[in-house]
Amino acid sequence: MTSTATGRGTFARGVHPPERKHLADQAPIEVLPTPPEVRIALLQHLGAPCEPILKPRTEVALGDVVGQAKGFVCAPVHASIAGTTGRNSVATLPNGRHVAVVPIKAAKQQPLSGQALFDDILGGEWPTDGLDQYQPQTIADAVRDAGIVGLGGAAFPTHVKLTRNPEKPIQTLLINACECEPYLTSDYALMMESPAPIITGALLAQRATGVHEVIICLEDNKLDAAERLRQAARGTTVQIRILKTKYPQGGEKQLTVAVLGKEVPTGGLPLDVGAVVLNVGTAAAVARAVVRGKPLTHRIVTVSGRGVEHPKNLLVPIGASYRTLVEYCGGLTADAARLVAGGPMMGFTIGSLEVPVTKGASGLTVLTADEVRKAEETTCLRCGRCVDVCPLNLVATKIAMASKANDMDLAQRYHITACMECGCCAYVCPAGIPLVQLIRLGKVRLPKG
Amino acid sequence: MVESDNSNSVEASVAEAPPEPVLRVAPSPHLSKTAVTTRWMMSDVLLGLLPVLAMAVAIFRWYAVAQVGLCILTCLAAEALFTRMRGKPITLSDGSAVVTGAILGLSLPWSAPWHIAVIGSVVAIGLGKAAFGGLGYNIFNPAMVGRAFVMLSFAKELGASAYVSTQSQLTVVTQATPLTAAKKLAADLAAGTITMGEAQVHLESARQLWPLFLGNVNGSLGETSALAVLIGGLYLCLRRSASWEIPTGVILSAFILAGAANLLGLTPFTALYHLVSGSLLFGAFFIATDPVTSPLSPRGKFTFGLGIGALVVLLRLFSGYPEGVMFAVLLMNAVVPLLNQWTIPRPVGGPAPQRT
Repeated sequence: MTSTATGRGTFARGVHPPERKHLADQAPIEVLPTPPEVRIALLQHLGAPCEPILKPRTEVALGDVVGQAKGFVCAPVHASIAGTTGRNSVATLPNGRHVAVVPIKAAKQQPLSGQALFDDILGGEWPTDGLDQYQPQTIADAVRDAGIVGLGGAAFPTHVKLTRNPEKPIQTLLINACECEPYLTSDYALMMESPAPIITGALLAQRATGVHEVIICLEDNKLDAAERLRQAARGTTVQIRILKTKYPQGGEKQLTVAVLGKEVPTGGLPLDVGAVVLNVGTAAAVARAVVRGKPLTHRIVTVSGRGVEHPKNLLVPIGASYRTLVEYCGGLTADAARLVAGGPMMGFTIGSLEVPVTKGASGLTVLTADEVRKAEETTCLRCGRCVDVCPLNLVATKIAMASKANDMDLAQRYHITACMECGCCAYVCPAGIPLVQLIRLGKVRLPKG
Repeated sequence: MVESDNSNSVEASVAEAPPEPVLRVAPSPHLSKTAVTTRWMMSDVLLGLLPVLAMAVAIFRWYAVAQVGLCILTCLAAEALFTRMRGKPITLSDGSAVVTGAILGLSLPWSAPWHIAVIGSVVAIGLGKAAFGGLGYNIFNPAMVGRAFVMLSFAKELGASAYVSTQSQLTVVTQATPLTAAKKLAADLAAGTITMGEAQVHLESARQLWPLFLGNVNGSLGETSALAVLIGGLYLCLRRSASWEIPTGVILSAFILAGAANLLGLTPFTALYHLVSGSLLFGAFFIATDPVTSPLSPRGKFTFGLGIGALVVLLRLFSGYPEGVMFAVLLMNAVVPLLNQWTIPRPVGGPAPQRT
């Protein structure tokens, strides 16, 4: 059958922030030494929070369930180190939510650490044929039991995406390896050092969903990673598609436009255009869950930016504090000014280094004072630059000013709910207006319904 | 509510390690294209005006310097005065008053007395900008508000005869402006005071496009050299300090309408002549492109440009004025809110469902 990949390889508008990936892209993945404590958040995904099932002072092994999934759109959480649980407490996540966390004090002896841990998670052989032995529902169940959520940042429970919906058949699986945010290189490092599980996971996802085509999508600033993937995918039907480097190419709506030439309806999902999108790290986690029966307990986090002494790509246990990561990277520099969980365009600032790493945390970007966006705001000149860059073709300034004036009718006429808060508008605004923040304010002010 | 980035600061100190830096919390995005600020955009417009200013000084010498300089200074003073009266902090450094003054000055004839420049500037800033709430809130192009005000109040000083001075040392000003000559020619022909043959002679010399292009003709300070305007205007479009959709719309509709009029015999001059004569190009690139008073979406901008071009040609053909860029711009400024509403871009993926 003909390919669905008829997109022209890019999307309209968007911006080109400085990539600055050179700070960390040469850093090989290092395994973070086991921290003295981890704090597993009971809500680190989109959906319902997990239910804690362990009493304090219970001994847990690496991979034990510490939070049970409740409901369909939920994923369990597991212990990422061997140790003893403590009393549940509350932590503030980077997005501002206060969630319950299960603290685990590390046992003196860890069964796996260093290279052995890396090999257990990502190394070794990963099959690319004979995957038909797994039934689609088995795959979805294994993914659910492993607590896998989208590792690209949105943290949507993956088994929901892999469960077939008879009303909405899908033809294409897109593996998102774009990593369009500046500074971040965790997906890149995974592809360079360990491409095999990505292919296995992609094929397993294909088996689960029944799609005809699997396409791994990368930006053209990662051609060497594309080559690694091609070699790992030899003999399989997995395709590699190179896209123009532009922010935010990694957004799923921009991805379906660039690769498939189709627009996801506003308020809808890629499902509505016959596609499902998985992050490349998620694919690797799917492989581990199905083939090795192991849950999601670690992820690759890029610690980068000019505000950290030695930028690195680290394999960290979920729940480690950002302080542990920063200390391992040599600490903050004197001119560090802002800690961002994620990339500088859409990431959330954290006010304390004690925040625990969650499943959706792809990086910690430490920005210095001189590169941080200045908070000097002047009047909107209606110059229209925000209109020229919005990847969704919205008029950011009108929505922002309407939100500010609490004129929600006007904001809705300009399609405020379509905004994905990517930050392109505020990035280019010559007047320095905090457009995204005003739009967020507007969304809160919308009538419920 | 939105707060600046020093709303929350957390300081943590570790016993043995050096004191930790102060970490601030703020909303995303955390990067910005720092080079492009409002002030940069205004400076860019002034840079784009340099060729025009240079030609004005080359052709009109001291008159250009005095006129433009006076307008700029008065605009700055007026802005300072009015912002002080409104109790707001003075923001002269953003450069917008300088741009208004420069454009107003360049749209005046060389011979306008000093009090016209002053009154025009005060009205431009006061009525055109401050009365609406300052930069970013005005509906009408401030320079054109000032220009229209003095045009209507001082008809003689700014009428066609004001441009001509047969005794002047500047040779260009000894002739009428091309459009005035054109208007007079058309009127004379209609009245029968000259024959077609005589008219043809006048026409032939008047139809020379090259002097119009370079600027060796009479006119207001900024309008004479189409070449200078094009250089500066294209520079602005490439740098995105002016939206290219607007001049494209102006030139397109003016060209088509003038061409049609030419073919229909309504005007003896070709479309190209109409393009390079008068302040059409200057208006297209520097006046119509004022971001505050033009639409937000690319389609809206293009439509806005189309309207201005059409109105300029219509005014040239059918009104009593030889030139009507200021009125065309002001009329279209009034329509901008409607254009914005009519040209709301379609979001990728279709319109968002409304919540009531």
